[in-house]
Amino acid sequence: MRKLALVSMVAGLAASGSALSATQIEWWHAMGGANGEKVDEIAAAFNASQDAYQVKPVFKGNYTETMTSAIAAFRAKQQPAIVQVFEVGTASMMAAEGAVYPVYKLMADTKQPFNQEDYLSAVTGYYTDKDGNMLSMPFNSSTPVLYYNKELFAKAGVTAPKTWQEVETVSQKLLDSGVKCGFTTSWQSWVQLENFSARHNLPFASQANGFAGMDTELKFNGPAQVAHIEKMSEWQQNGIFSYGGRRSDSASKFYSQECAMHMESSAGYAGVKRNAQFDFGVSELPYDSNVIKTPQNTIIGGASLWVLQGKSQAEYQGVASFLSFLSRADVQADWHQFSGYLPITTAAYELTKQQGFYDANPGTDVAVKQMTSVAPTENSKGLRLGNAVQIRDIINEELEAVWSGKKTAQVALDAAVERGNVQLRKFEKANQ
Amino acid sequence: MIENRPWLTVCSHLVLLLGVFIVALPVWVALVASTHPSSAFGSGSIPMWFGDQALANWQQALVGKEGQASDLLRMTVNSLIMALGITFGKILISLLSAYAIVFFRFPFRSAAFWVIFFTLMLPVEVRIVPTYEVVANLDLLNSYTGLTLPLIASATATFLFRQCFMSIPGELVEAARIDGAGPIRFFFDILLPLSRTNIAALFVILFIYGWNQYLWPLIVTTDDAYYTLVMSVKRMLSVSDGDIAWNQVMVSTLLAMIPPVLVVIGMQKLFVKGLVETEK
Amino acid sequence: MSVYFPQKYLPYLLLLPQLLVTAVFFLWPAGQAVEQAFYQEDAFGLSREFVGLDNFIELFTSPEYFASLLTTMVFSFSVAFLGLAVALWLAVMADRVIRGAMVYQTLLIWPYAVAPALAGVLWWILFDPSMGPVALALDAIGLDWNHFVNGDQAMILVVISATWKQISYNFLFFLAGLQAIPRSLLEAAAIDGAGPSKRFWGIVFPLLSPTTFFLLVVNLVYAFFDTFGVIDATTQGGPGQSTTTMVYKVFNDGFVGLDLGSSAAQSVVLMVIVALMTVIQFRYIERKVQY
Repeated sequence: MRKLALVSMVAGLAASGSALSATQIEWWHAMGGANGEKVDEIAAAFNASQDAYQVKPVFKGNYTETMTSAIAAFRAKQQPAIVQVFEVGTASMMAAEGAVYPVYKLMADTKQPFNQEDYLSAVTGYYTDKDGNMLSMPFNSSTPVLYYNKELFAKAGVTAPKTWQEVETVSQKLLDSGVKCGFTTSWQSWVQLENFSARHNLPFASQANGFAGMDTELKFNGPAQVAHIEKMSEWQQNGIFSYGGRRSDSASKFYSQECAMHMESSAGYAGVKRNAQFDFGVSELPYDSNVIKTPQNTIIGGASLWVLQGKSQAEYQGVASFLSFLSRADVQADWHQFSGYLPITTAAYELTKQQGFYDANPGTDVAVKQMTSVAPTENSKGLRLGNAVQIRDIINEELEAVWSGKKTAQVALDAAVERGNVQLRKFEKANQ
Repeated sequence: MIENRPWLTVCSHLVLLLGVFIVALPVWVALVASTHPSSAFGSGSIPMWFGDQALANWQQALVGKEGQASDLLRMTVNSLIMALGITFGKILISLLSAYAIVFFRFPFRSAAFWVIFFTLMLPVEVRIVPTYEVVANLDLLNSYTGLTLPLIASATATFLFRQCFMSIPGELVEAARIDGAGPIRFFFDILLPLSRTNIAALFVILFIYGWNQYLWPLIVTTDDAYYTLVMSVKRMLSVSDGDIAWNQVMVSTLLAMIPPVLVVIGMQKLFVKGLVETEK
Repeated sequence: MSVYFPQKYLPYLLLLPQLLVTAVFFLWPAGQAVEQAFYQEDAFGLSREFVGLDNFIELFTSPEYFASLLTTMVFSFSVAFLGLAVALWLAVMADRVIRGAMVYQTLLIWPYAVAPALAGVLWWILFDPSMGPVALALDAIGLDWNHFVNGDQAMILVVISATWKQISYNFLFFLAGLQAIPRSLLEAAAIDGAGPSKRFWGIVFPLLSPTTFFLLVVNLVYAFFDTFGVIDATTQGGPGQSTTTMVYKVFNDGFVGLDLGSSAAQSVVLMVIVALMTVIQFRYIERKVQY
């Protein structure tokens, strides 16, 4: 890390000199705060490592703002060469064949050394086409894990639950010991439906979760999912579960020790470490032992880098060499350790292990293990659904109706499937 | 005072103080939060009294952190340019068009009237994508023109000037014409002085409107030479998966509030007069 | 007014700047939105298909759209009512105290200058169910506050955030209106034995009615069209759709969801509403209400 910082300083000095002759490459991203500063540092290190290209990172706001800005820019022919798009935008990007330059193709066209085998298939799988070609470059990927409050756990005399059955018994004991709530969850659709389905090897949607075709239909109103949501609704009433908002707002319930467990992205590790004024542990996302004996891997969230069409050959040459730079083990390992996002190559994972990072920061490897312990199936590779932003909104709305007791799980999930399918048909029609 | 009821006066003061308290509450929290480390926000309860990080937090915002100068000055200048550009641009074009609509009769007058007033209420947010395309086609991305011009396209100011001009007695115009004053002299010698307070009131309204824009600057700029203050606060809040630096957000929020608040308070007399006179 | 300048070309010249800006930055994009409303298009604009009125039919057959219409009404009238009531009450108090009225005015006026997006963030924090001081205070008196689940509470939150800023504006008008009421009128009533409350409802309130009416219109328009920033900074339309107003829905479906056709159709509906409101404003209200 220190090395990178040094390089970036040098780069800062060099930038003024080389900027004129170098080919400019714009990279729009959605990384604010500390991660944003790290992004600048990575770009500066790349710029310092050669003088033919100059990558210019531009922070364009949150994920939606970044993606919509890029699309609006593309329509007006002002697009950047690289744009960071969140996982739910994947289908839209993929369907826009004339707008994106698939990464595997870019690497081949520019004769950049590139071996897909080097990447973690559980991560890249989300971003490949049906023949297994990588269409975008994963950049920041995470997966949900379970954070728990070790101090409250010790007081109640319990250990981290592995299954949902244990979540209930552990929570009950926590409540008995005076804790106000057992667990809360962030990103309910992602954690409690998308990942719940993947972990139990159940389809979230037909056509291999949308990977096999746009004529996909939602399937998450199956008996296992309904039973799970029904259970959570019961728990919401008796205090085992407490709903804390659609995004990561629920974190404050965990930090304030109102809830003893929090299901949240593995990338939230740094935030937990900074804000939790108690000892905490990280454990794998629970599974229902009545549904599956050996749980599947979970699926990723986060974002990947897409290359847009309409740039010059020279720029693409630079983009390709930048993407190779990003995949380098040292760059990846540094980014992984700094941000808490998953490493995208096996080499970066091995390097991090070697450097002793996981021993120094217990729990940071839980996500990697959870992702790589079993081979992904077509139900756990990821989701490829058009209008996914709206579908998540719909799921949020319907689940909130369950938590507030207005609807039963079955009614709400049926409604979510029906309303979500309308969105899928619309997307199919618009992208014929 | 009509009658003397001390308890009623005391009650009034209490109600007003309560009002002031409620109105100030959010800003109090912001001020307090700006003196704590950022974790004070995450970890349980929001502090209601000052912490010991005030110097460090404010220093970082005002001066910058090690090796990195603060962008504050540049962003303030950009915000000012944008706010003043919108303010003066809008006042200028509205004065002219309201003058034309009220004091002249000409073919297509009512067509022009409806075209202009059609824009009265629709905010830029609901037409942002097509507007972006227009601005991009005109090659105005990353420019002060692109930041300001599209936001000038609304008739609120024209509406107010029209109201104000209509209340000017016809005899004044008559007198001016008898004196041989043409429309240009009438405009400068009579109309402008008469609408001084209205212009002041509009200055306040439009300055605040322009200063507080965030979505539009976020969309049309990719060059940090054009970033504005309010937009930068929003940017600090959009941290995906990370931790929001609440203390810094609060410092910036307060800093971004200062100029428009000063404008409102400094110009409150003219503001009230200008607005109330128009509407009466 | 019946006296006009006779110049023939000058008025066109005067109108030119505003018409130009309006045409380029309003009518042109608005025209594109109208066209878009009849198409189904992918986000990147690579393929589009004419679908006639499909986008509108879908809109008017979707319960969500009518829900957002209802939400808009509830939200707008709540904001207008709360904003007027609180501001009037404060103004009456400030008018009574005389001494210090200007100080109170200064202390009450400044929220008007605060960006709605920032105001929203601050209220959001105050009401955070697990750490916000207001939420904790409510919990302490036995009111379980959780706007993440409870749609009514979320609505209350956005109404408060949106009203906060508007109180200042209303207060200014009411105070100026109150100070314009001749003291002698009130003194005469007091001599006749009318108490403060009777004087207020019998004399002051009727005299304020033009101001109240004007503010009502201004506040409704504000709540309808200008509160996008507040909602985006707080609830983002949730939970469920309980705080999704029509303007927020246009933004959300178009900007976030990239459903350009439906978003454009909603813009067209809004434009029609705006056009109607404009006509009503100029044709009827302006003629009927005498200031």
